[in-house]
Amino acid sequence: MLEQQLLNALTLGSVYALFALGFTLVFGVLAVINLSHGALFMVGAYAALAMVTRLQAPLWLAMVGAMLISGTLGLLVDVLILKPLRLRNAPHLIPMIATIGVSIMLTTTAQGLFGAEAMRFPEETLPAGEFIIGEVHVRALEIAIVLISFILMAVMFSILKRSQLGRALRAISESPKAAWLLGIPVERLFHAPSFVAAALGGIAGVLIALDFNAITPGMGQPMLHKGIAVIILGGMGDIRGALIGGLFLGFAEVISKAYLSSQMGDAVAFGLLFLILLVRPSGLFGRQLERKA
Amino acid sequence: MTAWFNDFWSIYSTLVFTVGVHAMLALSIWLTLSCGLLSLANAAFMGIGAYASALLTLHLGWPFGAVLLAGGIAPMLVALLIGVPVLRLSGVYLAMATLAFGEVVRITILNMEITGGPEGLNGIPLATEGWHILLLLGITIYGLARLRRSKVGRAFEAIKEDEVAARLMGINVAAIVVLAFVMSSGLAGLAGLLIAPITTASVFMGLSIALKAFSAAIVGGLSSPRGCIAGGILLGCLEALIGLWRAEMREITLFLLIILVLMIKPEGLFGRKTMEKV
Repeated sequence: MLEQQLLNALTLGSVYALFALGFTLVFGVLAVINLSHGALFMVGAYAALAMVTRLQAPLWLAMVGAMLISGTLGLLVDVLILKPLRLRNAPHLIPMIATIGVSIMLTTTAQGLFGAEAMRFPEETLPAGEFIIGEVHVRALEIAIVLISFILMAVMFSILKRSQLGRALRAISESPKAAWLLGIPVERLFHAPSFVAAALGGIAGVLIALDFNAITPGMGQPMLHKGIAVIILGGMGDIRGALIGGLFLGFAEVISKAYLSSQMGDAVAFGLLFLILLVRPSGLFGRQLERKA
Repeated sequence: MTAWFNDFWSIYSTLVFTVGVHAMLALSIWLTLSCGLLSLANAAFMGIGAYASALLTLHLGWPFGAVLLAGGIAPMLVALLIGVPVLRLSGVYLAMATLAFGEVVRITILNMEITGGPEGLNGIPLATEGWHILLLLGITIYGLARLRRSKVGRAFEAIKEDEVAARLMGINVAAIVVLAFVMSSGLAGLAGLLIAPITTASVFMGLSIALKAFSAAIVGGLSSPRGCIAGGILLGCLEALIGLWRAEMREITLFLLIILVLMIKPEGLFGRKTMEKV
């Protein structure tokens, strides 16, 4: 059943990559570890669920809506909390703690609104098809998840590589001061990655919720930790590394769950992260950074 | 007087416990931060201390004094073991590695038979009394105050300011950093041990308390242990007060206040303002 496991791994890994992409983007450009990214992921899942069940929206529309809602929240976090901290030159620990606070507030709010029990999408709203190739059962849902993840990531890559905005963002990630001196409106350009990163986190939440068909207020926390594992694997702030790291983590998790122990699958991911940090602190694909005096 | 005190104590003993434990954890976090280490493993060490003490009490029937010692030493041994390789990392990478370590500890505890899995360990006899916590807290504060004025404490300060410069001045950075990490883990273990009979030892207990303690340290200001304790007391009381008002609003209000404080005074309520050097 190796093929079946590989398919599961690809599905899971592509969502991890999508989630980590936003995470690493924010770190690369804003130099902040946004620990509310997991909560924004959870908000996306609940937003889509609410649109499907309460407004009877079709699933694709709910996905777009979830991206908008998560994205707007992410933008608000940046404008209301991170920006004042930036302007006051707060030490890098402070924004991290503040985003932990945001995450806890969002989680408790979700728990108040939707309850602590796991909720699920109604059966009839999910794409139902299933193909059998050889011995592998392929759900239409899985194909959709992989496709959506890769299309969104491809769009992100091309924007960052080719467009004027992407060039400006890459300049900021090299050095915000130099970028500012070159006339790039740094503060204004922070809005785009904040929105996009949270939107990607939100849609990742919808996709994971569809894949496992369970939504809980606490679903963001393990995802956040996995996202951290992925961006460490791929190198902090490295966009391509996030993609490779996400797929890698997906495979490592599924394989260790299937062949080692079902409970220890998560521990394997973090054990791996731990080892990689010790051997290659700049990530598997990261460049070695020199300490500047 | 005694009657009044008994009344007071029967109502507020839990509050004193939580405040004391928060302060203890805040100090443990301050200890690593004062050496420039951003370690997020305190929740894990707290769990290790709690479980070690609970298991020793429940299964082997150790007396309280011995358990107290063991609950402090067990996390210190673990910290020594992982500290030597992990502390070569710095900044964000150290934070991530310690976070990963915490996850491994949590998942391991969750899946072990002897730790009671997700339910945790219930019914740990409450051997801690109020004065234990106050005494331990007092000893800790005195010890840390002495430490700050000692050679080791000054080495902490030097490493925090500039690691390379500290090394050039002949400070054994690797050893000092491990020392800070190990001491901090011991404090966290003690805090876990003290709170375990109240909250039951469970894998979920550490995270939210450690977060609050972390916030307490930050809100109080990291420049001195005094600020941490003030932050711990402030947050503990605030939490209890908001809990009286509306229990379900507790977390939200608390963290909203923390964020507000951070935005208005990023250096903490009682912290010194540090200048940005060019």
